[in-house]
Amino acid sequence: MQEPLFGSVDEVVDRLARAGYLASTPVATTVFLADRLGKPLLVEGPAGVGKTELARALAEATSSELVRLQCYEGIDEARALYEWNHAKQLLRITAGRDEGWEQARDEVFSEEFLLPRPLLKAIRNPDPTVLLVDETDKADVEMEGLLLEVLGDFQVTVPELGTITAQRRPFVLLTSNATRELSEALKRRCLFLHLDFPAPELEREIVSLKVPGLDDRLADSVVRVVAALRTMELRKAPSIAETVDWARTLLALGADTLDEQVVESSLGVILKYQTDHRKAAAELRLDTLLS
Amino acid sequence: MSASALPERLVEFVGELREHGIAVGPGETVDAAAAVDALGLADREQLRAALAATVLRRSGQRATFDSLFDLYFPIAVGAAESAGKPPADAAELREALVAALAEGDEARLRSLASAAIEEFGRYGSFGQGGAGAGAGGMRGWSAYQALDRVRPDALLNRVLAAIRTDDSAFGEAIARTEARSRITRYREAVQAEARRRTAELRGRERIAHYAVPPQTDLVSFTNATRAQLAELRRTIQPLSRKLATRLATRRRRARRGQIDLRRTLRRSLATGGVPMRPAMRDRRPGRPELVLLCDMSGSVAGFAQFTLLLVQALSDQFSKIRTFAFVELTDEITGLVTAGSADPEGLARRILTQAKLTRWGMSSDYGGSLASFADGWPDAVGPRTSVLILGDGRTNGGDPNLDAVRRIADRAKHVHWLNPEARSAWGTGDSAALQYGRVVPMHECCNLRQLTQLVTELLPG
Repeated sequence: MQEPLFGSVDEVVDRLARAGYLASTPVATTVFLADRLGKPLLVEGPAGVGKTELARALAEATSSELVRLQCYEGIDEARALYEWNHAKQLLRITAGRDEGWEQARDEVFSEEFLLPRPLLKAIRNPDPTVLLVDETDKADVEMEGLLLEVLGDFQVTVPELGTITAQRRPFVLLTSNATRELSEALKRRCLFLHLDFPAPELEREIVSLKVPGLDDRLADSVVRVVAALRTMELRKAPSIAETVDWARTLLALGADTLDEQVVESSLGVILKYQTDHRKAAAELRLDTLLS
Repeated sequence: MSASALPERLVEFVGELREHGIAVGPGETVDAAAAVDALGLADREQLRAALAATVLRRSGQRATFDSLFDLYFPIAVGAAESAGKPPADAAELREALVAALAEGDEARLRSLASAAIEEFGRYGSFGQGGAGAGAGGMRGWSAYQALDRVRPDALLNRVLAAIRTDDSAFGEAIARTEARSRITRYREAVQAEARRRTAELRGRERIAHYAVPPQTDLVSFTNATRAQLAELRRTIQPLSRKLATRLATRRRRARRGQIDLRRTLRRSLATGGVPMRPAMRDRRPGRPELVLLCDMSGSVAGFAQFTLLLVQALSDQFSKIRTFAFVELTDEITGLVTAGSADPEGLARRILTQAKLTRWGMSSDYGGSLASFADGWPDAVGPRTSVLILGDGRTNGGDPNLDAVRRIADRAKHVHWLNPEARSAWGTGDSAALQYGRVVPMHECCNLRQLTQLVTELLPG
């Protein structure tokens, strides 16, 4: 068992805050447990609530290297784990034309011709590592099998080289947008964290942290309007990323209070669908402007 | 709670989660115990987060989990210690409530919720000492009774006046949503408090069984509350995305078909030019035409409306969707549904007011409706059309008109009937479900989970 990264939940909150991530109690507790129990952490939630950001902040807070595996449709072992550098192997064989098969084989399947991909890179790294498997739901089901094997005992077998075992277990974070249900087997091996929209107080702090020049009163109104929008039935409710973007826009526009005109003209920053836009304008009584 | 009681409590808690349809394996229970061991019991919110992280696997399970957690790991035993002295009467409590709602002070709201239960929620005799189980047949704590005395909803205008910062319509709209959601939270707090106090009296299992709401995808369509329906509508967008991905994956998985020469050659480069893994050309997905025929009478309107919205969200999976609704007569509502995505809540109301569905009454007439569909829109159903009929098949004693269904089935590619009633109720009373079920395949579709499964099965891949 290796040294845990954090001593207590409060320490997690502290160190993440110094890395620019304000964690709520559930987030901090789950991160603490993932570290203590040595389990991967599966983070699920709508787009823009800070799933990837959590991994970045974790890496910074623990001064680890962040190794990122971006999943997409059709990603396979060669992209996720390792691949032999075919072109270089061919060159090597052509260069050593006169040598026998035995020698060529030993040469060609050596460290030099191996291209490590994120999973292998994270396992071989002797320094603290945060491995981020981003958008796991985009990858095919076969990929989950590979992840299971690698995340189960943190070792990889390369037939020509032997088994490579992690010298130091990386902190593994998987994210998912829930476009597909991940397999039960993978879920059972992970701790589950559902990231949702934060409480108003926390969101206000996040806005103040990310947009330092913003007036406190204005930040307060921004968070209130966003909270009101989230109670409506919209196609895409605004998430933290949108709140921060909106705050930045307001700062750039030089708005000092949030009134109908300002909201009406900048609502496009937080609502991405025309129907949502119309509905919000009606419910927030922005339409009274037109009359 | 002593250390030895904890494993037992944890196992009881996990058992109750399973009762509510959250599959928690023994491995997860062990994880949960390890998590509690690593954290200690000092902080209740940390304990909640730790258990959620170890036993939950899906986001829709959270509300059920929270309610059960509050029962099994209650915040206090007996009357909760409220901050400050308890209010003397309802008027005083309401005063305090207005202030707390205006400030949005969560802790104060919770303590006022327990005060409301303590003061006004009790019923039955609490006279003689000792909480003997035999004596307490008809006593407990009622959220309904407490809320009836406190009447938090009537405070809306006073809270509004306190929150409002300016006079604009916009400021008022924001303040109104805020005040409403705070009042809802207060109501929920009162209900949770009543559950906790009653559980002390009657035993946790009993209350957990009857008073904890089910997960969203297991809520029955026919008796969902307003709030549950809103919650269901919220799941439509994510669900349709999930279904679309699932269908797309199934299509891509074509193992047979024509060889795609370009992609096969490209792949063969990795194996030194030997085509070890041939790539198949993508098959053009046949996008079927869909016709929905929905019973919009009171008993099943909620189900029909939800299914309409889901199909609408999945509209890019079909080449054409036409929707028809009926009560006594059938009328086409395709236009209303397409326009309805902006205001999903009022869809049923608009359909009932703008389409001609009734002659005299409001009770469904399957025979007449099916006949008027088969005769009125003969071009709607063709050999490439899949027809979905949504309804409970309760004819109110009228003629089921099996012949009309047979005529539709003959012309269409498939006909499926989705019935929101439990299978056990089919054929009872005025239900002609079994008769219809002999003509076209009928599927039980009581909740979101079944609907999701059916949509995946019925849609072509």
